[in-house]
Amino acid sequence: MAQLTYRDAVARAITQEMEHDPNVVFLGEDVGGAGGVFKATVGLLERFGPERVRDTPISEQAILGAAMGAAMTGLRPIAEIMFADFFAVCWDLVANQIAKSSYMTAGQVSFPLVIRSGNGGGLRFGAQHSQSVENWAMAVPGLKVVAPSNPTDVIGLFAAAVRDPDPVMFFEHKGLYSSKGEVRDGEIVDRLGSAKVLRTGGDATIVALAAMVPRAVAAAETLAERGIEAGVIDVRSLVPLDTQTILREVSATGRLFTVEENPRLCGWGAELVSIVAEECFNYLDGPPLRITTPHIPLPSADALEDMAIPSIERIVTTIERAMQS
Amino acid sequence: MTSTLDEPAAPAGPPGIDPATLHRPEGSVDVPIQIALYRQMVRMRKFETRAYDLFMENLVKGTSHLSLGQEAIAAAFGEAMEEGDYTFATYRGHAHTLARGTSMTGVMGELLGRSCGVLSGKGGSMHLTDVQRGVMGSYAIVGAHLTIALGAAWSAQYKGERRVAVAFFGDGTTNIGAFHESLNLAAVWKLPVVFVCENNMYMEYTPISAVTAVANPAADRASAYGLDSILVDGNDADAMYLTARDALDRARNGGGPSLIEARTYRSSGHSRADPGKYRPDAEVAAWKAYDPIVLYRSRLVARGVSEADLDAIEEMADGDVETATVNAKASPAPGADVLMRDVWADGGSSWRN
Repeated sequence: MAQLTYRDAVARAITQEMEHDPNVVFLGEDVGGAGGVFKATVGLLERFGPERVRDTPISEQAILGAAMGAAMTGLRPIAEIMFADFFAVCWDLVANQIAKSSYMTAGQVSFPLVIRSGNGGGLRFGAQHSQSVENWAMAVPGLKVVAPSNPTDVIGLFAAAVRDPDPVMFFEHKGLYSSKGEVRDGEIVDRLGSAKVLRTGGDATIVALAAMVPRAVAAAETLAERGIEAGVIDVRSLVPLDTQTILREVSATGRLFTVEENPRLCGWGAELVSIVAEECFNYLDGPPLRITTPHIPLPSADALEDMAIPSIERIVTTIERAMQS
Repeated sequence: MTSTLDEPAAPAGPPGIDPATLHRPEGSVDVPIQIALYRQMVRMRKFETRAYDLFMENLVKGTSHLSLGQEAIAAAFGEAMEEGDYTFATYRGHAHTLARGTSMTGVMGELLGRSCGVLSGKGGSMHLTDVQRGVMGSYAIVGAHLTIALGAAWSAQYKGERRVAVAFFGDGTTNIGAFHESLNLAAVWKLPVVFVCENNMYMEYTPISAVTAVANPAADRASAYGLDSILVDGNDADAMYLTARDALDRARNGGGPSLIEARTYRSSGHSRADPGKYRPDAEVAAWKAYDPIVLYRSRLVARGVSEADLDAIEEMADGDVETATVNAKASPAPGADVLMRDVWADGGSSWRN
């Protein structure tokens, strides 16, 4: 057992998987010599050498194309796209090529690759370096989408992603890199498509992802002090989506609240609300409610960014008000 | 058998191109290989011609992009590549797929959207793939597959395999970012990859010269990536074959990437919907007179190959195309069972529990 930061968990996860399988290779901008701009890949180049840990030019299309071509010919590449916002310059590879080629070729090829990327806001980077874009990926058939909220899940879900035979978009949250958690020793391998119930409560169910998870947990603690018992589910994986766990919990409490960092329209919570409405409508005691960033680009100033992204206080007051009405 | 002095005067070269600028590869091509090249080209020509006829009958739906007039390039690489090498083609990829030995019925069936198609009707004309024969896919977004070829080459390099990845693309591709990203990374990593620009003079409907800063859209960019500038007569199957062999050898032996610009002409329009009326009549006529198959046939005859042998190749190709057409027409449409399959490697498409 050790205290590990989310950032160190990334390096440990990559190390674990590169030791586990010699066909695992890693490429991206500044990932080797520099140890990553978020210092999440420190020591990998020294440990595994330049054949397996490859620094690339600023060429996001080439990075993802190389990962795709390598995956379809027997390697299991890990590609880093430094900021998730940069997916906008290489989305052809993600959405048109990697996601669709297994289907289009009637299964002749598969793509055991992981694309990891720094996602999300809170670091005052402004609108082009702060977005939560997991819903971009979720909208494309053929991609698995994962976003861990704590160091143990970083390792376990990353290992599951690398060992998965399909392309996995692995969204690390930039705002969580310095957060810490207890991580057990030894190999950790989790399972994609499994949500985790972090807290049970009979009054309401809060479903959250990545950096919104610790906020949801903190909000639930405050709500409990005010007499509202809210359970918290960490979705962890948007595709595959563990609807059974969520439907079970929501059916028990009768209330669903999603906490999403993404801008309002077409966030993952919208899909979840639709599933809940279709499949456990009769168990609901009130309307499902989404707590999201407004439908705006993220501003830079700390005062503004804090107003935009759901805060613990906003989660608490929104749920409290809804439960009282 | 060797070349003889009584061979007819070689055509001057591709119309409108200064012959002095063309790459003249060393060596000669043996007759058995020449016959194989001829067979490849004839099969492609007859296949594409039939595909066009089938569009007209509305049996091929959607779109399709033909390689009519450009056969020498795909044929040359088809013969020069080794088993285990990787082909990355574009949406104009019927010829490149056939060149690796993919069944004609499989390709024709795919065009017709039938069960016998190489992709069970799920990919269509623009996505032909036959991994067993090294055809790693045909890609319909300009530029993408150059980056993907990098990865296949990287994989071969990493595993110490002597495989080469070959990416074919049109002149239009030279103006998209992925082209430049690919050349740079291939050069920096010294990857075993050959980039083959089929310059047919038109990016879709617009003359490439009207939208490109240099005269030779690929060859003139090579020096920016430390690569040799190679401009070759893409309608001369021998020149193409020798150039292909050199580039493949170089890549296979650790010499890194090559960029080849093959000058050719698309004798049909860009796609099914395009009659190609924007092209000057004189240009079309000049290139028609420089047809790669007509040229090659007279060269083979001059080398002593009998007309009867060449006719037999044509007849066999006719028979193969007819068989493929009959098979494809007889094959049923794909059923609902394939619709929801193969999103994931386990064969399924489930996104939730």
